[in-house]
Amino acid sequence: MTFPSEPEAVGRDLPRRDGAVKVLGTATYAYETPLANAAYLHAVQATIARGRVTALDTAAAEALDGVVAVLTPGNAERLASTEDRELAVLQGEEVAFRGQVVALVVADSSEVARHGAALVRVEYAQQPHDAELRADREDLYAPESVNPDLPTDTSEGDVDAALAAAEVSVEETYTTAMYHNNPLEPHATAALWDPAGEGFLTLWDSTQGVHPTRTALASVFGLDEAQLRVVCPYVGGGFGSKGQPHVNVVLAAMAARAVPGRPVRLALTRQQMFSLTGYRTPTIQRCRLGADRDGTITAIAVDVVELTSRIKEFAEQSGVPARMMYASPNRSTTHRLAALDVPVPSWMRAPGECPGMFGPEVAMDELAERLGLDPVELRIRNEPAVEPGSGKPFSSRNLVGCLREGAVRFGWAERDPRPGVRRRGDWLVGTGVAASTYPVSRMPKSTATIRREGERYAVEIGAADLGTGTWTTLAQIAADALGVTVALVDVRIGDTDYPMASVAGGSSGMTTWGSAVVEAAGAFRAKYGSEPPDGAEASGSVQPADDRHAMHAFGAQFAEAHVHLDTGEVRVPRLLGVFAAGRIINPRTARSQFIGGMTMGLSMALHEQSVLDPRTGHVVNHDLAGYHITANADVGAIEAYWLAEDDPHVNAMGSKGIGEIGIVGTAAAVSNAVWHACGVRVRDLPITLDKVLHALEERPRH
Amino acid sequence: MQREITVRVDGTARPLTVDTRTTLLDALRERLGITSPKKGCDHGQCGACTVLSGGRRVLSCLTLAVTQDGAEVVTAEGLAPGAAGAGQQLEGGLHPVQRAFVDCDALQCGYCTPGQVVSAVGALDEFAAGWPSAVTEGPGAPGLDRAEVAERMSGNLCRCAAYVNIVTAVLRAATSLPAGPTAGKEVDG
Repeated sequence: MTFPSEPEAVGRDLPRRDGAVKVLGTATYAYETPLANAAYLHAVQATIARGRVTALDTAAAEALDGVVAVLTPGNAERLASTEDRELAVLQGEEVAFRGQVVALVVADSSEVARHGAALVRVEYAQQPHDAELRADREDLYAPESVNPDLPTDTSEGDVDAALAAAEVSVEETYTTAMYHNNPLEPHATAALWDPAGEGFLTLWDSTQGVHPTRTALASVFGLDEAQLRVVCPYVGGGFGSKGQPHVNVVLAAMAARAVPGRPVRLALTRQQMFSLTGYRTPTIQRCRLGADRDGTITAIAVDVVELTSRIKEFAEQSGVPARMMYASPNRSTTHRLAALDVPVPSWMRAPGECPGMFGPEVAMDELAERLGLDPVELRIRNEPAVEPGSGKPFSSRNLVGCLREGAVRFGWAERDPRPGVRRRGDWLVGTGVAASTYPVSRMPKSTATIRREGERYAVEIGAADLGTGTWTTLAQIAADALGVTVALVDVRIGDTDYPMASVAGGSSGMTTWGSAVVEAAGAFRAKYGSEPPDGAEASGSVQPADDRHAMHAFGAQFAEAHVHLDTGEVRVPRLLGVFAAGRIINPRTARSQFIGGMTMGLSMALHEQSVLDPRTGHVVNHDLAGYHITANADVGAIEAYWLAEDDPHVNAMGSKGIGEIGIVGTAAAVSNAVWHACGVRVRDLPITLDKVLHALEERPRH
Repeated sequence: MQREITVRVDGTARPLTVDTRTTLLDALRERLGITSPKKGCDHGQCGACTVLSGGRRVLSCLTLAVTQDGAEVVTAEGLAPGAAGAGQQLEGGLHPVQRAFVDCDALQCGYCTPGQVVSAVGALDEFAAGWPSAVTEGPGAPGLDRAEVAERMSGNLCRCAAYVNIVTAVLRAATSLPAGPTAGKEVDG
């Protein structure tokens, strides 16, 4: 289907349509759905990391005034499918990780539910657990594939021989921490089971995909999809953790079916989210780079060790970006996992690319240092002509443009490459750069319906807006595809009553849903012409992607870091990113995506770290006081720019996804800037003051 | 233990019976159905539940409802008179801080936003009263700049990380000055 080459609405700086209801607080999130006489749920969690529940005493809880029911493995309904062991809650006595749900209290108020949960007595037969990730474990294994379905290992040429022959090389190990998504809205579900007939389940769930959630829940409960409706107009953040249903959805549905006709509400506590809603695995990345004296890379090798849970595998694809970033005749990448007695890891913003561009992009800086070459120039010198590995031409690749433009805007040209020589007051000052990339993904299925309603056009699709701007940007795409003004277009999303839409994940939303909208508009115009009658309606679905091209977005991130001479405190007063991500649908919401991603990258660089105590299998800093995310005063100037990029291959709009690339490379740019400031290579995130202090102590003071 | 109290919320007297363990946040959200204040952490760590009580910003998750008998509580929904039910009406019913948040795209998912907005209103009142912050230098009334706003707004976490836009919005609301660019920029590569 065609899309205008010079669109009117797409590219316009329009305020987000959901702005007013969000600043007022009247946008309704899942838990807030008005439901009369709702019961409240509170989960009881295991206090051991491995073993069996041997006794569950619910008498005191059941005797509490206001408790409606206590669900346990002994009385909870048997699920139709327990294939997804993360979702197979209350189906047996086995405990597979600390924090696993072992009982659920249903009560007339949230206070009583919580009180009741505290009264449930659980006894365990504890078994030795293993929750420690180390690269030298003997039980590391190669998964069959890595997320989403990529090869576990790749090998081209002879890396070892090339490294042995390399004039300059880097061989270092880098680590990223365990991270928790921590959307501000906790994972929450309201549910109502209408027992009439075959029964009908309505779920108001905070989810990045109403249709995928419906499919998963229908399978778990053995329901026909026609017996399930999932509603989610607003999502209070997800960053991947609401991309797949977690146990809260199953618990709410189970409780609703235990009290037919009565709605129930469940919001996990912030603390519970650290064991029940996914997280990013820590990574150990051994990176090896070899190069000729002129800076031509001859070998790239990245070997990643990560964890997964014993009950459900998630293999983060952290070695994947090294497969295509730079040219090299010799290359290998591997992924190895340790299956541990830990909560189930899952998607977090830019899985693979985010952690996987930390090690290699710091290694590039170290290689530039050893070569005596500017790190911007080193990257430019190793531009591949086609995508390494596949040999496919890039649909567009403007990494070099991003690096050059960013260098100009950041003032890179005046940079003295020597580390530790700039002092401003009590602070050492440095600058660093790193590259960003993120693939262009298109999900195979999504359908949109367009209908004339009076003078207006309604666009319906079960898409999600997690703050990304979908309410606004889909209207812009529809307006141009229909050839009408955007003010005439109403968008309806977030409900399985609308046509099927894919998950908001992998930065695939606009490519997938936008393409469906363009197809629907084409069908609508083909059917009704320019004068459609009231009620005229047509649908269209996303078509298969171009598979002749390699499609990725690129970017360059520049950081300024200050390191305090006495305390080692690290501050980042300035971040600047330049991105090449196809056509930008809405420059206002797009900028928010970029700066939001960059700020989350800053948070990863300096603050975030889930501390898992291997002795207990417990994340000890399991709240927002212990798990630091950037606060307002941690953030200085953040600038985001993008290059004009005309890519006819990605989709009809020419757009690439932008929700994730902003977080990719940021932490490496900050680490490289910290090295430039104080001369310490911090290869283990986060960059806390204890990691630089030793070098400052050895430094002459004046 | 139950107690009968009356709280004025957004200008309306709301009598209610509460469990003495009930927080102001849960009383608003679960008893009165006023869900503009959000629950992000329930421990006073994120600021999403911020409301004004007696004109000062408080964390409603750390405030027991029984202590608010007779109090005047204002949520983001009630900041602008006649704002309730304003829905999609951008032109009417928004407080200048709310208008600035929309104009500057100082929000994404929107979950922390009501708390941010209320906190900004409270912070600007504190600033107008001459209260110093941790970054105020020297004696005398503080000047309003990005560092002051960022410091005063740091009790409100935003995981989408709209911080730079939040600072711009608060400054714009406070000073009516043209603030920094809010749309991103295409540049010649």
